[in-house]
Amino acid sequence: MSMRHKEKNVEGIERNFTMIRTLVGVGIALLLALVLIAAVSDQPWQALLGFLIGPFTSINRMGSVVEKAIPLVFTGTAVCVIFSCGQISLAVEGTFYLTGIACAAVATKTGIAAGFHPALCILAAGAAGAVICAIPAVMYIKFDTMTVVSSLMINFLCLHIGTYLMHYVMKDPAAGFDASAKYEKTARLSSLFPKTNIHTGLFIAVAVVVISYLALYKSAWGYGVRMTGENAKFARFSGIHVAKVVLTASMAGGFITGMGGAVEQLGMYKRFSYLGLPGHGWNGIMIAVLAQNNPKNVPLAVLFVAYISVGADVVNRTCDVPIEIINIVQAVIIMFVAADRFLIEWKRRKIVEMSQRAAALPQNMESR
Amino acid sequence: MNELVNYIFSVGFANSIVRMSTPLIFVSMAAVLGAKANILCIAYEGMMLFAALGGVIGSAVFQNLFAGMLCGVLAGSIIAGLFAYFVLVLKTKDMLVGLALNTLGSGGTIFALYMLSGQKGSSISMNSLQFPSVAIPVIKDIPVLGDILSGHNLLTYLAYLSVVLVYVLLYKTPLGLRIRSVGENPDAAESVGTDIVKVKVIALMIGGILASFGGMFMSMGYTPYFTRDMMNGRGFNAIAAQNLGVGHPLLTMVCAMVFGMADAFGIALQTYRIPSQVASMVPYITTLLGLVIIGQAQKKKEKKRALMLGARE
Repeated sequence: MSMRHKEKNVEGIERNFTMIRTLVGVGIALLLALVLIAAVSDQPWQALLGFLIGPFTSINRMGSVVEKAIPLVFTGTAVCVIFSCGQISLAVEGTFYLTGIACAAVATKTGIAAGFHPALCILAAGAAGAVICAIPAVMYIKFDTMTVVSSLMINFLCLHIGTYLMHYVMKDPAAGFDASAKYEKTARLSSLFPKTNIHTGLFIAVAVVVISYLALYKSAWGYGVRMTGENAKFARFSGIHVAKVVLTASMAGGFITGMGGAVEQLGMYKRFSYLGLPGHGWNGIMIAVLAQNNPKNVPLAVLFVAYISVGADVVNRTCDVPIEIINIVQAVIIMFVAADRFLIEWKRRKIVEMSQRAAALPQNMESR
Repeated sequence: MNELVNYIFSVGFANSIVRMSTPLIFVSMAAVLGAKANILCIAYEGMMLFAALGGVIGSAVFQNLFAGMLCGVLAGSIIAGLFAYFVLVLKTKDMLVGLALNTLGSGGTIFALYMLSGQKGSSISMNSLQFPSVAIPVIKDIPVLGDILSGHNLLTYLAYLSVVLVYVLLYKTPLGLRIRSVGENPDAAESVGTDIVKVKVIALMIGGILASFGGMFMSMGYTPYFTRDMMNGRGFNAIAAQNLGVGHPLLTMVCAMVFGMADAFGIALQTYRIPSQVASMVPYITTLLGLVIIGQAQKKKEKKRALMLGARE
C-alpha cells in the first residue's frame, strides 16, 4: 500500500520536474532575450516593455498573435506526430512551403463551388504533404539513411522546386514579381472577427489538435507509434510493424503540415507570394519540444511562441532590435527544455525528501 | 549544351572542384572525428557560420589575418563547446542540440552583424581581410596540373593537409586510439581507465576547429565577405560525405570531392542558361543519392555478415 503510494508520488515529482524544467528553460531564454535587447537598443526600457507586453497593447496585435498561432498549430502538431515515432525529420519546413503552392494551384482554378473549394485545396495540399514527408521515411526504412540529413536536403529541394514553379510555371505577370495569380473568392477562408485577420482556419486547427491527440494517445496505432519512438527494437519484438508505423506517422505528419500550408494561404493571403521558406516548420520543432511531443500541449506552446514572435515583431518595428533575436531565444529554449540532466539535482532531492518522509511515517500510511 | 560538356572536361572545372571541395573536406574531417568517437553532431552549419563571421569581425577589427583567424576559430569553438556541454553533461538529445545550435548560428550571426555594421544582409561594409592565394613553386609550371592544383587559397591546401593530419591523429597517435576505442567500445575503454567524456570533448573541439576553417573559407576566401546563411547546407553535405566514406579520412575526402564537384557543376550550369533553381538542386540530389548508395552497400554488408555468422554456427 505504502509502496504504491510512493510510486505515485515519484510520478508526481517527475511530472512537476518536467514542468519546472520547461518553465526554467523558458525563463532563461527570456532573460537572455532581455539582456540582448537591453544591450543593443538605444531605448532599452521601451524595447523591453514592447517585447514583454507589446502584443497585448492593441486588438490588432492580439489578433496577430492568433493569426501567427494558426499555422504553428499545424506544424507543431505535425512535428509531434513525426517525432513520436522516433524520426527526427525536418522536412516539415519545406513541406509547408511546397504544399502552399499545391494549394495555390487548386485555389486559382475557377468554377468550383464555394463550400467545396477550400476543402479541395486543403485535401490537395495535405496529399502533397504526405508524399513529401514520406520520402525521408521511405529512405530510412529502405536504406537506413539518417533522417535528419535526408529531410534537410529535401527542404532545400522543396525550396528550389517551389521557386522554379513560381518563376516558370505559375507566375502571374500582373503581379510584378514571382507570385501566383490571385486565389478565387470561392477558395478563401472567411475572417472571424472585425479588425483582425483571424480566419475560420482556427476551427480546423483545433480539430487537428484534438484528432491528433486522440490518434496518438487513445488508439492502438498511436500506441504503436509511441512505442516505436521510445524503443524501435522492443516495439519490433512486441509484434509492431515498425516500418509501417514509421511510414504512416511520417505521412500523417506531412498531411497535417499540408493542411496547415493550405489553411495559411487561404486564410491570410490573396495569392502565393512566399519568396523563401517561411520558418513555420522550424517553429513547429520548437513547439513539439516544448509540448513533449504531445498534441495536447501544443496550443499552450503555440500561444507562447506566437506571443514572443509578435513581441519580437513589435520591438523590431518600434525600436532598433533585429527580428533574429527570436532565433536565439528558440535555440536556448530547445536546448534547456530537452536537457535530461538539467535541474536533475532538484529532482533527486525532492525524491529523497519524499522517501524519507514516507519512511518516517510508515504506521500512518498503513493505518490509512 | 556542347559548351557545357566542353567546360566539364576543361581545366577550369577541375580547378573549381578542388576549390569547392575545401569547406566540405574541412567539415567532413570534423565529422569523421565525431563519428569515430560515436558522437552524432549536426551543428557544423552553426559552427561554420559563427566562425565565418568571427573571422570577418576579428580581421576587420585587428586588421591582422592571424588575429582574425583566431577569432574565427574561437567563435566556431563556442558552438562546439556548447554542443559538448549540452549533449555530454546535460544529456540533451544530440539531434535537438544540433538543430538548436544551427538556429543559433543563423540568427546569432545576423544579430551580431546588425549590431556591429547596421546591416543584415552581408558584411561588405566591413573592411575584413582574406586568406591569400598561394602559387606552388614547381607545380605551377607544369602545364595542366599546375592550372588545376596551383593558385588556390591557402585554406584549400590546409583542407587537404587536414585529411592527412586527421588520418595520422586517428591511426598513429595514442589520442587517436583512445578516440576510436571510445567510439567502438565505450565499456572496454572505460574499464582501462579512459575518461570517455573527456575524449569525446577533445574529439568535438578538434572537429570544431576544423569546421571553423571550413566556415572561414567561405567568408575569407571563396567570397571576401560574410552573407547571411551563406553555408547553404554544406555542413550537412559534409555529414553525408562522412557517411558515404564510412568514416575513413581518405575515402571521406573523395566523397567530399564528389559533393564539391556537384557544387561546381551547379555553378557551371547557372552560367549556361539552365534555370538557377535546377542548378541549385544538384548538390542536394547528389547527397540524397549518396545516402541511398551507402545504405544499399551497408545492407549488403550486413547480409553478408549475417550469412557468415549463420554459416559459422
